Amino acid sequence: MQVHKYDVVIVGAGGAGMRAAIESGQRARTAVLTKLYPTRSHTGAAQGGMCAALANVEEDNWEWHTFDTVKGGDYLVDQDAAEVMAKEAIDAVLDLEKMGLPFNRTPEGRIDQRRFGGHTRDHGKAPVRRACYAADRTGHMILQTLYQNCVKHNVEFYNEYYVLDLLIVEEDAVREDGTAYKQKRVAGVVSYDLASGELHVFQAKAVIFATGGAGKVFKTTSNAHTLTGDGMGIAFRRGIPLEDMEFFQFHPTGLAGLGILLSEAARGEGAILRNSEGERFMERYAPTIKDLAPRDIVARSMANEVREGRGAGPNKDYVLLDLTHLEPAHIDAKLPDITEFARTYLGVEPYTEPVPVYPTAHYAMGGVPTNIKGEVLQDNDTIIPGLYAAGEVACVSVHGSNRLGTNSLLDINVFGKRSGINAAEYAKTADYVELPENPANETIALLDSVRNASGTERIASIRADLQETMDTNMQVFRTADSIAKALSDIEALRERYRNISIQDKGKRFNLDLLEAVELGFLLDLAQVMTVAALHRKESRGGHYREDFPNRDDANWMKHTMLYKDDAAETEGIKGLRFGTKPVAFTRYEPMERKY
Amino acid sequence: MSASTVEPASKVELPASVGGGGEIPTFDITLRVRRYNPEVSEESHWDEYQLTMYGTDRVLDALHKVKWELDGSLSFRRSCAHGVCGSDAMRINGRNRLACKTLLKDLDTSKPITVEPIKGLPVEKDLIVDMEPFFQSYREIMPFLISKGHAPTKERLQSAEDRERFDDTTKCILCAACTSSCPVFWTDGQYFGPAAIVNAHRFIFDSRDDAGDMRLEILNDKEGVWRCRTVFNCTEACPRGIQVTKAISEVKQAILARQF
Ligand SMILES: Cc1cc2nc3c(=O)[nH]c(=O)nc-3n(C[C@H](O)[C@H](O)[C@H](O)COP(=O)(O)OP(=O)(O)OC[C@H]3O[C@@H](n4cnc5c(N)ncnc54)[C@H](O)[C@@H]3O)c2cc1C
Ligand code: SF4
Ligand code: FES
Repeated sequence: MQVHKYDVVIVGAGGAGMRAAIESGQRARTAVLTKLYPTRSHTGAAQGGMCAALANVEEDNWEWHTFDTVKGGDYLVDQDAAEVMAKEAIDAVLDLEKMGLPFNRTPEGRIDQRRFGGHTRDHGKAPVRRACYAADRTGHMILQTLYQNCVKHNVEFYNEYYVLDLLIVEEDAVREDGTAYKQKRVAGVVSYDLASGELHVFQAKAVIFATGGAGKVFKTTSNAHTLTGDGMGIAFRRGIPLEDMEFFQFHPTGLAGLGILLSEAARGEGAILRNSEGERFMERYAPTIKDLAPRDIVARSMANEVREGRGAGPNKDYVLLDLTHLEPAHIDAKLPDITEFARTYLGVEPYTEPVPVYPTAHYAMGGVPTNIKGEVLQDNDTIIPGLYAAGEVACVSVHGSNRLGTNSLLDINVFGKRSGINAAEYAKTADYVELPENPANETIALLDSVRNASGTERIASIRADLQETMDTNMQVFRTADSIAKALSDIEALRERYRNISIQDKGKRFNLDLLEAVELGFLLDLAQVMTVAALHRKESRGGHYREDFPNRDDANWMKHTMLYKDDAAETEGIKGLRFGTKPVAFTRYEPMERKY
Repeated sequence: MSASTVEPASKVELPASVGGGGEIPTFDITLRVRRYNPEVSEESHWDEYQLTMYGTDRVLDALHKVKWELDGSLSFRRSCAHGVCGSDAMRINGRNRLACKTLLKDLDTSKPITVEPIKGLPVEKDLIVDMEPFFQSYREIMPFLISKGHAPTKERLQSAEDRERFDDTTKCILCAACTSSCPVFWTDGQYFGPAAIVNAHRFIFDSRDDAGDMRLEILNDKEGVWRCRTVFNCTEACPRGIQVTKAISEVKQAILARQF
């Protein structure tokens, strides 16, 4: 086992991790650990755009953007954080342009902007063009540009290093009001080098988690195979709460049966949804902004069309995205990649035929709680000095119960940058926390338990069953019964997980071993999501309870915080402690969310 | 400006054929995979698997089926599963392609489908190769915008035409399919290879960049663009449809033009 020492260790090299690295790397000795080569990160799959009120093509301002974000998130957004993000959006886009990002341009040579769901002028009056973009590969261009700048600044990467544990020590401390508590402090991380199978301990003054999402909890998803929620899982196991995990976004337009995303940019450019009767059904559900309503509303409307028998196709189980009224040249210029996905994977020609689509699990609104500096919280008001999180793994919360399209590429840039600066500044004055004795012991035990397991269950079969029950019971429509079913299935799967075995017992590139570890994270997170969903007896944003179809501000205008705690029990599940956290308000009073 | 050319109708008649569909057919395939694990043996060998697959399945699905149901030790990289991350370039029936973008039904399923690691980079295990030499060449061409003068307070202006000039080469996902299909690269690992040149092109022809001359200098090296024999393997291999050979020849021309 090797031990390395850095000022700052960043876990993850997607948009958030590399944006942080560019800042931190210029201020402090920084290492980036990533389980994928940086350019393989799923930020590269993002298509549609990154929003900022540049007002390059029409009147706009950051205050309208803040409002849209708060309303889009069904008022569960922390408004101070949304304000920071909307204000800093403008520099975030300009920073990227200066780093070389090839944005599409207006005839005047400025950064072009287009429409996206839920982004409006003057508090909901009409759609506004706020999304900056590079064709339909904006995320690809962001990821490439950030990597290019990491190369420029000689950022040190440890590629294909899987971080499997966060080293935390606890100290006795006393609050201002005199109560005693345990203060967590970060000492470093433990990682597994895929190529050699060796463990490496990284001691660091500051650690930034930027490990992305957890979409592989579901079967139909736009997320990569590698998005297994490792960062959330690791933090949770170390006693850090997870916030708002019941809120998962289902993107309306996944390729039917596959989940591959067709960006909302398609609808931004004029595509519309139709049911089997050829009807533009969004006119009924959101009369003002129709197909450009926020994702949760569109996804539910689609699922409802299918449920009521107006689904298209032989099994009537999807609806149609119609681009046929758009000029092929326009499609080629603005949406080349996604139309190619339709051709390659479904054999459908979008110029002339509507494309089969259905909601796909897309984005985790919840995650590791942080404040607006990116500092991770161990409870509602206590930060863990030196520990930061940014990007999809984190919950600031700027997305509340439903994220607006183009706000995540923004989030990773704004809060990635903030975390990078703050972590490096912190490291300048802080001391190392002493590593615990035998820091890798728990990781060794975890890996040995998987490697030496001699059960009869296959990883893939447990994972497939998990994804199946989550799709069936925890998707856009939920009830107490469906959620309880998912929860009992998950309990059974956790039992089966104790009886696994893997075939690859070697040291080199043992992905069999790591898939088993990743499944462990997925099972933990599925349990947390489900318990949180069962607990929240209202409908808000991405969480829709048919047995409680209305938003209930009196009882539920608060964030969920779930802690791992062996002494506690929540919704009949041992080992989970439930808590809540107030929502931060600045200027927007909750209103009914109508579009 | 609304993007649509006509306001779409609230209701249209849909032809009965819409959405394709019907039952997805299944078929049987034989997958032949070149296996190598130096922990077990210095020799590589072929393993064959009989699989029943669906009409919408890709080569990646077949590999997953083997790994998940038959032999967990089969090792390959993959992430996005839809051709945007560049993890899974491999030699499929002798041609470099992304496993996640190659539909089985588009291959001849009456014969065994062969899968091997890409050539020219050291094999680490099964389909996994050492990517370090590939990224080393990439880093050497200074793959980042270098712009002299003061940065403007807002964005730099760039006309839509200037932006279009290097559009094709911005699509690169660094999958190495091109470089590892190049016979020159197979025999001379020092050659920069097409991918590095594509990424140099992306900056050389960006109107905002001021370091084109430096990059042209680097590529004028004996291991640079002049080693290209215009075999076109790279263009055929590129899963992003980039006109790789064209980009290389534009760089060659830029070097010649500069020498006048
Ligand atoms: C198909 C698709 C399209 C999208 N389009 C848009 C859009 O148009 N606009 C928008 O705003 N948002 C969009 N999103 C959302 C947005 O792209 C993501 O939320 C965002 O890119 C996440 O960035 P990230 O840096 O947090 O994580 P990622 O880019 O996923 O990076 C995660 C990183 O963590 C590393 N990692 C993970 N686990 C470990 C571990 N255990 N050890 C070490 N490293 C680890 C990985 O290697 C990777 O480098 C889209 C998402 C998808 C899936
Ligand atoms: S040019 Fe094409 S084939 Fe070559 S690395 Fe880039 S995407 Fe892959
Ligand atoms: S898995 Fe990402 S390109 Fe194939």
